[in-house]
Amino acid sequence: MALPLFDVTTDPGPSFTSLLQASGVSSLATGDLAGTIPHATTVVALRYADGVVMAGDRRATSGHTIAHRAMEKVFPADRFSAVAIAGSAGMAMEMVRLFQVQLEHYEKVEGVTLSLEGKANQLAQMVRSHLPLAMQGFIVVPLFCGFDLTRQTGRIFGYDASGGHYEEADFQTNGSGGPDARTTIKLGYREGLTRDQALELAVLALYEAADADAGTGGPDVIRGIYPIVSTVTAEGYARVADQEVADRFAAVIERRRELTGDAGGALR
Amino acid sequence: MTMPFYAPPEQVMKDRAEYAQKGIARGRSLVACLYEGGVLLVAENPSKTLHKISEIYDRIAFAGVGKYNEYDQLRVAGVRHADTKGFAYSREDVDARSLANLYAQYLGNVFTHEMKPLEVEILVAELGAGSRPTQLFHIAYEGTITDEDRFAVLGGDAEAILDAFSGLYQEGWSLADAVKATTSALAGPERTLGADQLECAVLAEGATRRTFRRLDDVELAELLAG
Repeated sequence: MALPLFDVTTDPGPSFTSLLQASGVSSLATGDLAGTIPHATTVVALRYADGVVMAGDRRATSGHTIAHRAMEKVFPADRFSAVAIAGSAGMAMEMVRLFQVQLEHYEKVEGVTLSLEGKANQLAQMVRSHLPLAMQGFIVVPLFCGFDLTRQTGRIFGYDASGGHYEEADFQTNGSGGPDARTTIKLGYREGLTRDQALELAVLALYEAADADAGTGGPDVIRGIYPIVSTVTAEGYARVADQEVADRFAAVIERRRELTGDAGGALR
Repeated sequence: MTMPFYAPPEQVMKDRAEYAQKGIARGRSLVACLYEGGVLLVAENPSKTLHKISEIYDRIAFAGVGKYNEYDQLRVAGVRHADTKGFAYSREDVDARSLANLYAQYLGNVFTHEMKPLEVEILVAELGAGSRPTQLFHIAYEGTITDEDRFAVLGGDAEAILDAFSGLYQEGWSLADAVKATTSALAGPERTLGADQLECAVLAEGATRRTFRRLDDVELAELLAG
């Protein structure tokens, strides 16, 4: 690899995607495998007093087969933001990887980090440029959240396949189990939840989604695989320890057992 | 039509070297050294925004002295090279040695083929991991590359500072000791340098993948005082 030097008129600036184009490295490859690509998912994000909680199940499916039991769908985008993905797994992973490098690249070249709004816009442009592949069935729809250091609050951005992005007031979900998770959060959400309450609600939403949607994995007690739950606060991105997530699912399961299996009209 | 004057190549090279050395000597110097926690880089730099020391990758730092616009262009090229390589292959495939070689080739080419050599001297530092040792690659304006495994001094007063610093350096010393020694070597016998005249950063193992960290004035003042 040669030293990437450009003259002032062709300089790609701090954008990593423009740099890739200028250096001829291709990303987001094409193919003809639509329909056999693993997807189906539940990812959720909700605001609470200290920031945002983001969580996602671990299952990847290919048709009716479980392709992967321990997929990660929630990632730190940089220190103060997180991204969760739903859609074609391969494309989505590539997009997250590119997004992560894009943010870090900008920070290193410019010496300052992008604003949260700027990060959300960058991700939207990536989704937008992916549209031709989305039309062929390789759809990727992310969910983005972060802690806005200037406003000192957590913020959530939802996307559509065309790159449209919309800031959500309090919570958003995505994936095939999204609607079930969304209803659960909607019923339990209040302004200014504590970390404890927010994690409980996120876990409950994933539990309900897995209960109703075949494409969403629940807590895998036998293998010890639990959904990924993370928080983004003024201290930055932090993944909640597996043991804490396991304990929270155990509590949900225990309550369900007491209610003889079904929710029986009681939310919690 | 006028005939160009003949100048022997020895003379051309000598003139260019002198020109570059003069340019570099106008700026302030920089010291990098190993300490118990990793690599310390200290530069005399009153500016808080125009950095001499910066991050290239997870375990790689860049430092430059001389003409700011010239070494900053090299810094950006380094970040681009590292990020592209890490994206195309894997993060662990990004190493300082190959980047230092590219820099050396580029500086060498510019020195021989261009009208004006680059008036810079740069350093690529890498924090070791596994079988890869911690290393400092020192690249001069004409592309000469040397690898150091203890410390390196860049800039116009390099010789005097190197003399002073060699006597102070100790294997496996603490960050505070290293900061104090580098600062006094940079200052020389007649001056003292405060935190606000220094730019300081480390490559040190921490909670995150990225090991580059700047030391702010408060932290630096505490280290100098302690």
